[in-house]
Amino acid sequence: MKKSKFSVLALLMAIMLMLAACNGGSKETSNEKEGGSGDSSGSKVLNVNNSSEPGSLHPANAQGTHESWILEHTFEGLTKKTEEGKIVPGSAESWEISEDGLTWTFKLKDGLKWSNGDPLTANDFEYAWKYALKPETAADYAYQLYYLKGGEAYNSKKGKEEDVGVKATDEHTLVVTLEQPTPYFLDLTSFYTFYPINKKVQEENPKWALDAKTHVSNGPFKLTEWKHKESLKIEKNENYYDKDKIKLDAVNFALIEDENTAWQMYQSGELDLAYPLPVDIQGQMVNSDDKEFKMGKELAVYYYNFNTEVKPFNNAKVRKALSMAIERQKITENVAQGGQKPAFGVVPPGIPDASGDFQENTGNLFKEDVTEAKKLLKEGLAEEGMKELPEFSILYNTLDSHKKIAEAVQGMWRDNLGVEVTLENAEFQVKLDREKAGDFEISRAGWVGDYVDPMTFMLWETDGAYNDAGWSNKEYDNLLKEAKSTMDPKERMDALHKAEKVMIDEMPILPVYFYTKPYMVKSNVTGVFAPINAYPNFIYADKK
Amino acid sequence: MKWEVCPIKDIPHFSIANLNISCIHFRFQLLRKSMIGVITMLRYTLNRFKWAIITLWAVITLTFIIMHTIPGNPFAKEGAMPPAVYENLQVHYGLDKPLLTQYGNYLLEVVQFDFGPSLKSSSISVNDYILKGFPVSLHLGAQALVIAIFFGLILGVVASLKRNKWPDYLSMIIAIVGISVPNFILATILINYFAIKWNIFPVATWATWQHTILPSIALSMMPLAFIARLMRTSMLEVMGQDYILTAKAKGLKRSGVIIKHAIRNALLPIITVLGILTANIVTGSFIIERIFGIPGMGDMFVKGISNRDYPVILGSTIVYSAVLILLIFIVDIAYTLIDPRIKVTGEKK
Repeated sequence: MKKSKFSVLALLMAIMLMLAACNGGSKETSNEKEGGSGDSSGSKVLNVNNSSEPGSLHPANAQGTHESWILEHTFEGLTKKTEEGKIVPGSAESWEISEDGLTWTFKLKDGLKWSNGDPLTANDFEYAWKYALKPETAADYAYQLYYLKGGEAYNSKKGKEEDVGVKATDEHTLVVTLEQPTPYFLDLTSFYTFYPINKKVQEENPKWALDAKTHVSNGPFKLTEWKHKESLKIEKNENYYDKDKIKLDAVNFALIEDENTAWQMYQSGELDLAYPLPVDIQGQMVNSDDKEFKMGKELAVYYYNFNTEVKPFNNAKVRKALSMAIERQKITENVAQGGQKPAFGVVPPGIPDASGDFQENTGNLFKEDVTEAKKLLKEGLAEEGMKELPEFSILYNTLDSHKKIAEAVQGMWRDNLGVEVTLENAEFQVKLDREKAGDFEISRAGWVGDYVDPMTFMLWETDGAYNDAGWSNKEYDNLLKEAKSTMDPKERMDALHKAEKVMIDEMPILPVYFYTKPYMVKSNVTGVFAPINAYPNFIYADKK
Repeated sequence: MKWEVCPIKDIPHFSIANLNISCIHFRFQLLRKSMIGVITMLRYTLNRFKWAIITLWAVITLTFIIMHTIPGNPFAKEGAMPPAVYENLQVHYGLDKPLLTQYGNYLLEVVQFDFGPSLKSSSISVNDYILKGFPVSLHLGAQALVIAIFFGLILGVVASLKRNKWPDYLSMIIAIVGISVPNFILATILINYFAIKWNIFPVATWATWQHTILPSIALSMMPLAFIARLMRTSMLEVMGQDYILTAKAKGLKRSGVIIKHAIRNALLPIITVLGILTANIVTGSFIIERIFGIPGMGDMFVKGISNRDYPVILGSTIVYSAVLILLIFIVDIAYTLIDPRIKVTGEKK
């Protein structure tokens, strides 16, 4: 009996020891925290949530928004964007374009410095772009540099590094040669794959970007703390040329994945900015006049793919009928609830046309019309020798908001057309695989533009990498070719307008809505704005 | 001297000389017994260790096969990436090699305790992930377990002693709420009241001890309820046993009977489930870690799978299996210490 008493005691002791050890550890970190907040108590520190651990803070290896938000505040490309979406000089002071649109010459500002004090030269840009294209780097976004002459060849091991169309002719001059005229190239130079990297640092320590201690950047802020899976901190970069305009001393990035938790932290004042917002909060805020709520534009469209290689969805009339029979306004107002705009085309608002806004100039390319839809469906099915629609389903990646929209569409088709569709959810990866294999009838998709130009929404080229609908149209292909070969803005935009119309006339996809970017900022924070294809920007923000 | 058979029982008590001899005999036997005990224990442990390695190998192999069978790949994105980019990524992470080579390489690495890089995040290796995430999950889990065991046992014992009276109903209500309310709902409720309304604790993240309270409570409710129910049933069963009746009949105090006889024996089934429960809790709860933004291991596992981050999947599976195996082993040892009917023999058949 004594023995067993002892054992129970021992077990308890072990548990307590374990706890004590753990508590000891956490005490240390808590002291650190206190120290950290102590010295910055009088300074302006913004608290935001980055949602997830950044995969890499090396511009070449960054993969998405979890990296880009931090990179956008710590680096600066040749150009940058204003609140209105205008492209203005960044590290570059000015630029010239040759008449054929193929050669771009950028002049860098004088006296640019890296955060470690090294001078920043045109060589750093040349080096960075070539580094991202180097096959061994295995950069996800290397294809953003395929616009450079010889870029794709080098990245796919068919060409040489020397032949890549970027050259620093002197410390301040960067000459870029493109594969073909690319009017939106200027926009691309503000994208993170086009950021410079410090050549000297990269060569001395290839792992510089993995640790806050060795991280070197050229933007308004510099990375000073990176606690993996916990938080990151960026502080004002004293070597930044425009440092007098930077009012914040530091920004803390929390890494909270759960939108609801982040929202609760915003409510309790632990965060100054909340983005993305939970769906129900968006719904509440859109209809309120809360001053902290901001509605940013987003360069993205939510749509359904039709598998045009499967009967009867190969028939344009059937596709149009289904598209005309849903009520988009109801979906955006009652289901999606984020102030989204119903989509009757594929290019979202906010992209400049030759004059005015591209989407506004386009207007609605089709109408919702139940009687017409019924007629088209009948005709289309007759053409395919069918009496009614066979069993088919909407495939979407498992997410509550996608499910709700699919259910709404299901109900609308049932009520308006008397058509039954089943819903099928799959894990994101599985959905992608099935789309590539053509194993679906209708699938949910979303597309976020890579740059601010209608071209980024022209995805349905024959055999295009993003053409999951499997649609093919000669006229569309030719119009895109036309747009790609001209530098004349009017001609180019005309061709793109026509291409969009040709595509929507055949409806290989069913556009649902254009995304928005609703976010909230505390009222004591000013100067935050949301560029159309980026997260809210706080480079020039101030906190009272 | 023959010492295999100790004659102590047959020795008449009046023979002083014999008694002395028999005492020596007896001590000999005790020594021998404890020696044999240590050796069998050692042999048993070694044997278990061997099987642990084999189990781990099987787990790795199965995970490896399943992982590469499921659709998807680590570099998939909405819309395809150019083939050259995809090719470069495959080469960079050695995924272009035949699966068997990859498997072999992986085993070689694992033997050296190197779990490889994360395919999604170049800044942190799988080893870093584990070294960083496991202590956090362990800390959170241990706190939750202490709460669960302490209150679970009290509730269970009180419920069984006051059967069908209000304490029983109260503990049953707590148990039903604990089991039926998912911990993410409980977490949200806790945050809403304790962090936002009353401002006692911070909402989320993992910095000071105040940050650990809410997640520990949220995580402990389910096991707490489970332990309480199990303890109640087990106690009721034990209380009906003959030896309890005997103890009572001998005139022992009620408290003595309950503490010395009833609770001790009723603990056995608790210990059985405790091993698995501990492994589950200590290796991290995906949901709680996600809600509270805790940098533990639970989220690593689930996100590893949805990202098809192969090394992360394998690494976390191995750690989870190892912890589970270790805890089951500890439970087995704990049995022998608590229940005299169970003995380690370690004999091979």
